[in-house]
Amino acid sequence: MTGAVHSIQSLGAVDGPGVRFVVFMQGCNLRCGCCHNPDTWEMNSGATYTAEDIVTRVKRYKEYFGKEGGITISGGEPLLQADFVREVFELCHENGINTCLDTSGCILNSRIKSLLSETDRVLLDIKYTNDELYRKYVGCNLSAPLEFLEYLNEQGIKTTIRQVIIPTLNDDKENILELRNIAQRFSCIDKIELLPFHKICTEKYEKMMIEFPFAHISEPTDEKMNELRSYL
Amino acid sequence: MEHKNWYGFSKGVWMDEINVRDFIQANYTEYQGDGKFLEGPTPRTEALMKKLNTLFTLERQYGGVLDIDTATVSSLTSYSPGYIDKENELIVGMQTNRPLKRGVNPFGGIRMARQACEAYGYKLSDKIEEEFRFRTTHNDGVFRAYTDEMRQARKCHVITGLPDAYGRGRIIGDYRRVALYGVDRLIEEKKKDKKKLAEGAFATEQIRQSEEIHQQIVFLGFLKEMALMYGYDISQPAGNAREAIQWTYFAYLGAIKEQNGAAMSLGRVSTFFDIYIERDIANGILTEKGAQELMDDFVMKLRIARHLRTPEYNELFGGDPMWITEAVGGIGEDGRTLVTKNCFRMLNTLYTLGCSPEPNLTVLWSTSLPRPFKEFCAKVSADTDSIQYENDDLMRPIYGDDYAIACCVSAMKLGKQMQLFGARCNLAKLLLIALNGGYDTTSGLHIGPQMPVLNIEKLDYDIVMKRFDIYIKWLSHLYVNTMNVIHYMHDKYACEKIQMALHDSSVERFMAFGIAGLSVVADSLSAIKFANVRPIKDENGFITDFETIGEFPKYGNDDDRVDLIAKDMTHRMITELRKTPAYRNAVHTLSVLTITSNVMYGKNTGATPDGRPAGAPFAPGANPMHNREENGALASLNSVAKISYDDCRDGISNTFSVTPDALGRTEEERISNLVSILDGYFTKKAHHININVMNRELLMKAYENPEAYPNLTIRVSGYAVNFNKLSREQQREVISRTFHKSI
Repeated sequence: MTGAVHSIQSLGAVDGPGVRFVVFMQGCNLRCGCCHNPDTWEMNSGATYTAEDIVTRVKRYKEYFGKEGGITISGGEPLLQADFVREVFELCHENGINTCLDTSGCILNSRIKSLLSETDRVLLDIKYTNDELYRKYVGCNLSAPLEFLEYLNEQGIKTTIRQVIIPTLNDDKENILELRNIAQRFSCIDKIELLPFHKICTEKYEKMMIEFPFAHISEPTDEKMNELRSYL
Repeated sequence: MEHKNWYGFSKGVWMDEINVRDFIQANYTEYQGDGKFLEGPTPRTEALMKKLNTLFTLERQYGGVLDIDTATVSSLTSYSPGYIDKENELIVGMQTNRPLKRGVNPFGGIRMARQACEAYGYKLSDKIEEEFRFRTTHNDGVFRAYTDEMRQARKCHVITGLPDAYGRGRIIGDYRRVALYGVDRLIEEKKKDKKKLAEGAFATEQIRQSEEIHQQIVFLGFLKEMALMYGYDISQPAGNAREAIQWTYFAYLGAIKEQNGAAMSLGRVSTFFDIYIERDIANGILTEKGAQELMDDFVMKLRIARHLRTPEYNELFGGDPMWITEAVGGIGEDGRTLVTKNCFRMLNTLYTLGCSPEPNLTVLWSTSLPRPFKEFCAKVSADTDSIQYENDDLMRPIYGDDYAIACCVSAMKLGKQMQLFGARCNLAKLLLIALNGGYDTTSGLHIGPQMPVLNIEKLDYDIVMKRFDIYIKWLSHLYVNTMNVIHYMHDKYACEKIQMALHDSSVERFMAFGIAGLSVVADSLSAIKFANVRPIKDENGFITDFETIGEFPKYGNDDDRVDLIAKDMTHRMITELRKTPAYRNAVHTLSVLTITSNVMYGKNTGATPDGRPAGAPFAPGANPMHNREENGALASLNSVAKISYDDCRDGISNTFSVTPDALGRTEEERISNLVSILDGYFTKKAHHININVMNRELLMKAYENPEAYPNLTIRVSGYAVNFNKLSREQQREVISRTFHKSI
């Protein structure tokens, strides 16, 4: 089985625990205003890889993974190619490699459930804790990732919640407290990461001649990030 | 034999023969813990360091050289004692009579000494000029014996940086011997060795050795005299930690007063000192604070060591380095770690005294090192960018557990092996000379086998390789012979007395060759093999440029198609070099290491088929060409790890720059991930890595505004430099290197 891959990064140290080999899948169903990889949106492009191709390459980095590291599949939205990702993860498990899925969690079906059965950890984006913002800036309901989370919890799959802090939209105490509230309801969540909104992607948008929806929003300060983290 | 100063030490064969390793193994205390026990600097240390920092600023303001004694030839006893602050120094001894004042050492070559003085507005005294008028220097000897072809190869820079005008360096005296045994015992042993020489055949080699040992004995006498000038009698073994450090330092000081070798490395002293420190602490005569203070004072002395160089020399070896390389850590042959508390103290000097390129702190990394030590090293790397790592698991089976590193990456058994340094040849230039049938377009010289310019529309891999092989054969033979001349003459006219006195009399020699431009050649051959390369000729019919159309795999992406070309090149080179016998039965070795000469080598090399324009810098050492790595940092590391240490026993240097963000979100994550990367890289049998954890922006700011970053230290290629001491050109090259970022 083949998959459409946007790119591969052999050293990923910020997408899941430890040192990780990161595969960015091509194609996304969402159009988040803060997205820093607009070049991964398009469905019908990217390089074609078989699952074996990917695993052959991952294996070359096994020595670097230590106790915690492994593969992370991100995107784009990896759930759109769930069968392929499941096969990669299954082969990784056969080779003793830890698997991690970086997703928006906006879709859940039997194929995705099958993928999750091969997933050791999920990095789940909860983009906002407010349904209106979700519909306006993500393109789905807040209930979608929450249902996904419900399922992860049932299955006992370790989960890291991630949220990009976007000034004026979710950089308030109430939002963080609500995020904490969610985390307390699901025992599968063992970590919350607040990531600062970055604008280094502006150039990418310009090159692709797409309007960057959040061009007018500034990056959060370190002080602000530390303040928000203190509420967790 | 016993000595009162050895009280409390476990006995062993080390008492009956010169055997520092046996002493260490019998007496050291391994340490598995973390760095929490460490102490900061005392007010005394801080005051002394403040004085030094003032002197460093002055030195910078004076254009890099504070002062030169132009009237005295540097030797062990030729200067009156010098101090930073006599009353407050715990360890004493200085190269000349004042800190940072440079001595003149014309034994390698008078011309270089003269030019170096002139470059800084001084004039070599008539007295020295007169003294050396009738004296043959190493440089004189070499040029008497060089053939025309050797001169031409040197002139067109296909072999460059050869130690034919200055001391060869890369020899590490086992300076610890002076502390453990005292000088009198060492003299006694040397006398026995000399006597034994005449028992068998007494021919050229034995007679030469006999004279050399005689000289060594004389210089051991000078060493005692030198120490006496500072008020110390070092004829007997050191009796406590302070004396052990002082005796060892005197031995090193003697070596750098006598020799101005390119690399004057220290060896592996930290764990040796730890034995004395532990004994003093156990006896209640030293505290942790006091132990750190002793190490701080010792390291301060190392930080002010200097040699006088010419500006041309600095082009090759940028940043005024001494390569006072100290190997720290490692594992013993019995499986115990050689990490002691004093390894932590040595690294801690980067905090107590601030970052610094010297001493060149080199961690001998093993996957079996204690985890807290690994984490401490990673933290020091992230905080200071001042240390390098070399694969102990790869070297220990070859050199045992008492080896050290000379210069950047050259391993040798302490006191038992030495090397004959041979700089490097320019492989990329050689490829161009081959294509042009023995013509170098940069210098306009005809050199090597003469044949027609390769006359094909599209370069064919097999045809090119066939021709390249002819030139590799030619150059290898010439290169070995040139080195033979250099080292014959160095032994004859500028042989190392103190350093060799601190070796066994029967010593194993390596002859260390090197290559520059490995990644350029690998990518060029890959382009020829996988893309379309059309040579472009000038009006005289010589190839001066290339048109390369199509994609080709590039070294640095973990792609075997090209990585194996790089690996194969090193194998071809060493195989060819071995075919010509080396002087004094030396074992041929090869390094992929450029220091900062990658800039100069690039400048002297025409355009290459990989798309590199004429004159553009090479990548340093075994690094992939910057910004050709498309699959991230680990792919780049995997490519370098494929170069075999069996082919490159003199080391494979890789310099790795990563932004803090790319290593993790918190300090704890960054440290743990760096440890994983090092474990992974070395499990892949890689040899060496320099780690810089920094943002390119910082270097750009320092480039624009040097005064604001007086102490910015970075690892470049096997050593660390103060960024401000690099030339503008070298700085730009460092800035243009790949910084692995998070995406």
